[in-house]
Amino acid sequence: MKARLIALGCGLLFGVGLCVSGMSDPRNIIAFLDVSGTWSPNLAGVMFGAIAVHASWLRFRAPRNPVNAQGSVPANGKRIDSALVGGAALFGVGWGLAGYCPGPAIVALGSGALGAFVFVAAMAVGMLLSEGTKWTIERSGKPSAIPR
Amino acid sequence: MLSALIGGALIGASASLYWTFNGRIAGISGILSGALLNDGQERWVRLMFLLGLFAAGVGFALFTNRVPAPTLPLLPLALAGLLVGFGTRMSGGCTSGHGVCGLSRLSVRSLVAVLTFMVAAALTVFAVRHMLKLWVPS
Repeated sequence: MKARLIALGCGLLFGVGLCVSGMSDPRNIIAFLDVSGTWSPNLAGVMFGAIAVHASWLRFRAPRNPVNAQGSVPANGKRIDSALVGGAALFGVGWGLAGYCPGPAIVALGSGALGAFVFVAAMAVGMLLSEGTKWTIERSGKPSAIPR
Repeated sequence: MLSALIGGALIGASASLYWTFNGRIAGISGILSGALLNDGQERWVRLMFLLGLFAAGVGFALFTNRVPAPTLPLLPLALAGLLVGFGTRMSGGCTSGHGVCGLSRLSVRSLVAVLTFMVAAALTVFAVRHMLKLWVPS
């Protein structure tokens, strides 16, 4: 119950941050990506503000073992593989087309815009298709990696 | 620019609280796919985060009367959604998971992912808006 309330509060805070910064509006995203047009640096400001707070917290304030540590915590691996780069490139193309990444798209549902619902539904389908694939391209060639 | 910095700081605070009190990474693509694929408590925690995001959107629409409407027709919008969903789960993160959380953790993988999707997105905008001259806002 407590974990759910914390999640609700964090989601709300995250969403308010996206709205306050203007990042829930796809036009502002496109304006940042449009380097040769009317470029706006705001998205860089949002990333800077978010990383400054979160990195400082992790460095100076966060407990070594967080409460309820159970989620999937990335091991900060260094393996750069084709799934990482290829997936990021596909995401970038979609992001550049629509001006929505996953967070702002969920926030945009709250405005009731039909386009936001279409986008989020398609995004969910894309996620399920992707999660159904095992993206272990480098490892698949090594028989030793397959448990017998 | 000030509102961008303040909004960013709120996002960073959200990621910090989520990590400290729930032990999870505040990456929205991972939260959404986790909500789709898990059940029980694991699903509920993620659904509540998404509900918070949605509620912020409802509040913003009510108070500002501004609709952050998409700028392109529904069919290409759906294609973009497919690409975003597929790509983020293939590379294991989006602007929040790789961008905010990964860069804050000094993850090399996240840095590579962020540089890749930023360049791909900027090239896409250039191709669509300046070469094909599609969906240019008037």
